[in-house]
Amino acid sequence: MRSLRIGAGAGYSGDRIDPAVELAEKGNLSYLVFECLAERTIAVAQEARLLQAAPGYDPLLEERMEAVLPACVRQRTRIISNMGGADPRAAAVKTRDIARRLGLRGVRIAAVTGDDVLELVRGGGAEEFPPDGPVPQSPISANAYLGAEPMIEALAAGADVVLTGRVADPSMFLAAIAYEFGWGMDDWNRLGQGTVIGHLLECAGQITGGYFADPGYKTVPNLAQLGFPLAEVAENGEAIITKVEGTGGRITRATCTEQLLYEIQNPAEYLTPDVTADFSRVSFTDMGPDRIHVSGGRGRPRPSTLKVSVGFRDGCVGEGQISYAGPGALSRAELARDILAARLGAGRLRELRFDFIGIDSILARRRPGPESEPYEVRLRAVARADSLKAASLVPREVEALYTNGPSGGGGAAGSARETIGIVSALVARASVPHRIDYEVA
Amino acid sequence: MLLRNLAHARTGDKGSIITISVIAYRREDFSLLEQQLTPQRVGEHFAGVISAPVTRYALPHLGALNFVLRRPPHQTVTRSLALDTHGKCLSSTLLGIDIAVDEDRCRQPAAQSHA
Repeated sequence: MRSLRIGAGAGYSGDRIDPAVELAEKGNLSYLVFECLAERTIAVAQEARLLQAAPGYDPLLEERMEAVLPACVRQRTRIISNMGGADPRAAAVKTRDIARRLGLRGVRIAAVTGDDVLELVRGGGAEEFPPDGPVPQSPISANAYLGAEPMIEALAAGADVVLTGRVADPSMFLAAIAYEFGWGMDDWNRLGQGTVIGHLLECAGQITGGYFADPGYKTVPNLAQLGFPLAEVAENGEAIITKVEGTGGRITRATCTEQLLYEIQNPAEYLTPDVTADFSRVSFTDMGPDRIHVSGGRGRPRPSTLKVSVGFRDGCVGEGQISYAGPGALSRAELARDILAARLGAGRLRELRFDFIGIDSILARRRPGPESEPYEVRLRAVARADSLKAASLVPREVEALYTNGPSGGGGAAGSARETIGIVSALVARASVPHRIDYEVA
Repeated sequence: MLLRNLAHARTGDKGSIITISVIAYRREDFSLLEQQLTPQRVGEHFAGVISAPVTRYALPHLGALNFVLRRPPHQTVTRSLALDTHGKCLSSTLLGIDIAVDEDRCRQPAAQSHA
């Protein structure tokens, strides 16, 4: 039976590049997919592009393409990635130029656009996404999650590299599988199983032992050389998740189960632009070292709306930290907090938060008793403000604790920055047409 | 016995929502988790973080429970002032919960047999 080999070359924008090169060279892949677009990335890139401070595409696009294009072109491995970010067409031009520079002629690069729905959202064309509250009044970016269809169209037109902006992460993998096996875009059970495979692979190292190790409990060998995953997908959609032999990490039913449920709410109803996927009957079978068989994904018709990430200016955030150590460290850190509260509490800050790092910054707990008092404590103050000037009061006041605060404060550090918030919204599918442009190296 | 000896866990996030999977090392321990790791108990553990009751989904064939935690709408990955805006550290804190087990089981934690 024919099988298709798809690798995951990145799980986020700043991910390691060497495991992707390893996959490109030794994975014997038909497709290499790079997932590089977090929720806020496009909004931030959009702002940078408007200020002409940076291109709108992924900052590591050039480094990644230079690293993997030679092996991918040589072995006819197609690349699919959302590294196009806020400007897929510019990313395609850049990739074309890199290919030419490397002497790789004839490489066909597709840029998928249409995800930018800012005008639609500004015109009131978006509905509230229930848990997130109202759609922002003055959005600076709005990008709809496109599905597999435009990428399939690009592959059918002969693209060797498909660069997109916002698309649903698993859809990049599903596009390759559905295109190769000619699945109908209403074959819901297959699309559901293909989405399971995409979901398992999309965070790259998170299924091969990354975000997993817990010494003495969950052992993972050689995380420093963690291998990224690949799937051997059969025509019926069943797959084996594995990795290049000799790389670090491990793939087990445990790593697969953690990743299956990662970011999933109701396992029977995982909504993507392509399908309402049902993960509830997925099962994993151990087929040998680092080889896990996955089956049982199913699906129902896709939602009629598309999710949109709406970016907006969310004021400024100022932050400062300072350490105390030795006997009474916590008491002095608490005194420092009281001083900061008095200095910062009134006036221009909207929301003020204090953390004692090492004690309650993750989950508030009771104050430790004297016998278990920590040897060192780092106080963190953070606030939201309407202006950068007001936000910068926080690091200034924290630094001033050196000479005006409790004894023995050290290592003060801080920053103030403008922030961009993201709220999700929904738009009608029919209001989001896509477009594909091609560049040839 | 600490939950850590019976199960492993992973946090995920979507906007203001945090999801936590708890997966038994041994399938036979799943019913113990199902009985004791109620949405109420998990909600109490995360009392300072969440703003609504916890929802729980069970996947017995995977030995897994999936919890959905809701934070206030402005407590999202991109907007929270918390140090860990995603909530990625939270699953490990849940493994510090005590699970009542009979004496025999106490002597052989499941995690060691896995590792």
